Amino acid sequence: MAVVAGQQQVDLREAKGWRRTSNRIVTALMVTAFVVVLIPLGFVLVTTIAKGASIISWSFLTSGPIPANVAPANVGGMGPAVLGTIEITALATVLAVPLGILGAVYLNEYGGKNWLAALIGFFSDVMTGVPSIIMGLFIFSIWVVHFGFSGLAGAFALGCLMLPIVIRSTYEMLRLVPNTLREGSYALGASKARVTMTVVLPAAIGGIVSGALLAVARAAGETAPLLFTILIVTAANPNVFSGANTSLPSQIFVNASSPYTGAQDRGWGAALTLIAICFILMIVARLVTARFARYSR
Amino acid sequence: MSTVARADQATPAGSARALSERRPLGDRGFQVLALACGLLVLVILVLIAVSTTQQASSWFTTEGLKIFARTWDPATGQFGALSFIYGTAVTAIIALVMAVPVSIGIALLLTEVVPYRWSRPIVYVIDLLAVVPSVVWGLWGILVFAPWLQHIYTDIASGVNGIPILDNLFGQPVSGASFFTAGVILAFMITPIVTSLSREVIATVPAIDKEGAYALGATRWEMIRGAVWPHSQGGVVGAVLLGLGRAMGETIAAALVIGSSPTITSHLFAPGYDMPAVIANQFGESYGVFKAGLIGIGVLLFAFTIIINVIARGVVERSARRKRGA
Amino acid sequence: MDQPEQNVVTNTQLPKSQVEMTPGTPAVDTPDATVFDAQKVSCYYSSFRAVTDVSLSIYEHEITAFIGPSGCGKTTVLRTLNRMNDLVPGAHVEGDVKYRGASLYHKDVSPIAVRRRIGMVFQKPNPFPKSIYDNIAYGPRINGQHNKGKLDEIVERSLRQAALWDEVKDRLKASGLGLSGGQAQRLCIARTLAVEPDVVLMDEPCSALDPIATGAIEDLMRDLKAKYTIVIVTHNMQQATRVSDRTAFYSVLRNEKSDTRTGVLVEYGRTEQIFQDPRDSRTQAYVTGRMG
Repeated sequence: MAVVAGQQQVDLREAKGWRRTSNRIVTALMVTAFVVVLIPLGFVLVTTIAKGASIISWSFLTSGPIPANVAPANVGGMGPAVLGTIEITALATVLAVPLGILGAVYLNEYGGKNWLAALIGFFSDVMTGVPSIIMGLFIFSIWVVHFGFSGLAGAFALGCLMLPIVIRSTYEMLRLVPNTLREGSYALGASKARVTMTVVLPAAIGGIVSGALLAVARAAGETAPLLFTILIVTAANPNVFSGANTSLPSQIFVNASSPYTGAQDRGWGAALTLIAICFILMIVARLVTARFARYSR
Repeated sequence: MSTVARADQATPAGSARALSERRPLGDRGFQVLALACGLLVLVILVLIAVSTTQQASSWFTTEGLKIFARTWDPATGQFGALSFIYGTAVTAIIALVMAVPVSIGIALLLTEVVPYRWSRPIVYVIDLLAVVPSVVWGLWGILVFAPWLQHIYTDIASGVNGIPILDNLFGQPVSGASFFTAGVILAFMITPIVTSLSREVIATVPAIDKEGAYALGATRWEMIRGAVWPHSQGGVVGAVLLGLGRAMGETIAAALVIGSSPTITSHLFAPGYDMPAVIANQFGESYGVFKAGLIGIGVLLFAFTIIINVIARGVVERSARRKRGA
Repeated sequence: MDQPEQNVVTNTQLPKSQVEMTPGTPAVDTPDATVFDAQKVSCYYSSFRAVTDVSLSIYEHEITAFIGPSGCGKTTVLRTLNRMNDLVPGAHVEGDVKYRGASLYHKDVSPIAVRRRIGMVFQKPNPFPKSIYDNIAYGPRINGQHNKGKLDEIVERSLRQAALWDEVKDRLKASGLGLSGGQAQRLCIARTLAVEPDVVLMDEPCSALDPIATGAIEDLMRDLKAKYTIVIVTHNMQQATRVSDRTAFYSVLRNEKSDTRTGVLVEYGRTEQIFQDPRDSRTQAYVTGRMG
């Protein structure tokens, strides 16, 4: 763009040559990275929906198992697995969530900056990286060896998996509660326990619930911890405290390695069900976060 | 004297007593309970180490250093775990090589390129990727992906036939269920965690540094290289290590698509095995030293992942601390 | 006990803006009972001495103002009166504060019991994320009152005392977070009054509010004086002259040699005296605007 006649022209255009090109290449690479991720995700979802949708029916979700080599695939199937998933995951949630919340309460409200809280916080994060199969081996070594397989053992293993996740997400939520709320409660003569239970936890409850739901979604989809704790069977076992059991992901695992197409097809139906459950939990978690963010300005 | 203040309030005589209520019992109990729950984390970690090592002790004692032998053949009483360690390493490396550039790319896309409005859908996609359970990846992997890949592998293998290094890597034998397929699926699975952690790290780069680079006329790529990368490289390394730990420990998807064949070979398209997969697949039929061996492999896996996670978290925390101090 | 007429007149019939000085009036001062008696109080945050050797007495049914430049420790001293500094890690107190004759810092004393009698209103209104009703009922509930009828009574009474009842009586279930600044602060005052304390401490209660809301709170303070004892920290000198009976002026003492600062009580007396006839030159400098 010429500025004043007689002076050098000032070039305000984009950087020229290699600089511009390299910038564009890098931007293109970044976009490609995202597309690269979309493709497998799309394939998995599309395939699962395509193959599983025709299998799912009320009877599929509720009735008992049929032998693997029997077709057609859309008769009977996953009732025991659905029951098992619900019971075992619920039990794991009941164990892990309160303990995790209390652990986070210790870290944020009592521990502060002392060395023990720092240690616990650090190893809680490290624990989220422990492979889920190790949790299964752990509960096997410490419980199943003495008390046998059961849904309860599976719940312990899933609970160990969920505990550090709940601790971390709850801790982040507690940190966000403004200190003036605590002071207001103290100034009215509340003890620390009361301040925490009646003001701090209610103020953070949206985020806590959301974090817990995500932990539940993770646990519902896990297979490895259950391999050595519930000893996957096909029959339904409503008694979660004794006897081997099954779950949706466990059943999918078994069916995936089966040579029979009937079983494989039922595997797809179960996979679609499982994905639906996990997605719904994730969406509810987001809604809870959004709603309570509005509420607790 | 003014009228005496409300008689129920503390009068000089009674106030000393009235003010000295003891600390409510529930208050103390609550603190103890919270502390106990916090300690539970440490207790569980210690118990994991102790109980699994104890269950695996017969393997450690009968095999001694032979636990690192090449051959795993329960039928003949050989329980060397080297092939599984090899498989874990190979699949993890393949997964990292693929996932890390993609994850960092997406993280940069989200923090530097995309305006906030468009970032939410991208984040949702990443979350969706994270929510797909491992077993569904495995199901899709073994029934759909692996057969499809097998065609591609065969073509590549015939293409590199005779070429020195490439033939060793990508030549025959070729199988849909193989090291490489497992590596690719692991890459899909670890991308969300590496992306979200890298994003957190990159987002803490002070805006003032970025603006300084732009003010000097830098293009976006030059700004990233000059201002973002030096600040965030520590944290990104930590994120990558966490991805590594995740890839090493991911069980079910690997168990289904890795090929279930304990071999040590350079051929990436060949069927193989890794530590979590062999535990998952063979535990049901195991007994005695066989079973102790599988649990022992679990002990090794636990040790490896703990070390990697401790280093990773340490690196991430140190780079965060340095930044806060700086 | 009869009180000199002039004293009563000067106190309660002041026009809202200026203190009128009746020349030649002897300053006869016969306060009511002593509520607080601070004796050489020093406050430390770990090794930092925030406040040094403060001694003063707070009297019943008066509004006492703490004024002074920033960093002079006036809020720290206020918080020693209800043991709120206990919440700061590393904070400790030397000297003693007697509340109606009983030492607040005796080892047997429970801070919880202290705070039930000595309430506090904060600088930034901090309503709980609960309904208006539950905000007020919170204090009585933790004191064991669960009877719905009684709670309704307490809620209405407290809101009336805080001059907020008419504005919110139709929406007691609405969230406390939805109130304007001035309303929220009156809610916090009502919340404090609901437990029927003896003393109400206020830490710059109007600094986050607009002038109209400030005026409403100041009117409220004057009304509350009859039943409660009020101590208020304020950086607004006009406010101190408008509402308070007594004023304590704090300042910062700099030790040139060790390069440390600490807060000290410079002068304490009846408000008219502090502002019209200060004894200390630092007080003079501050109230005439030359400093701080």
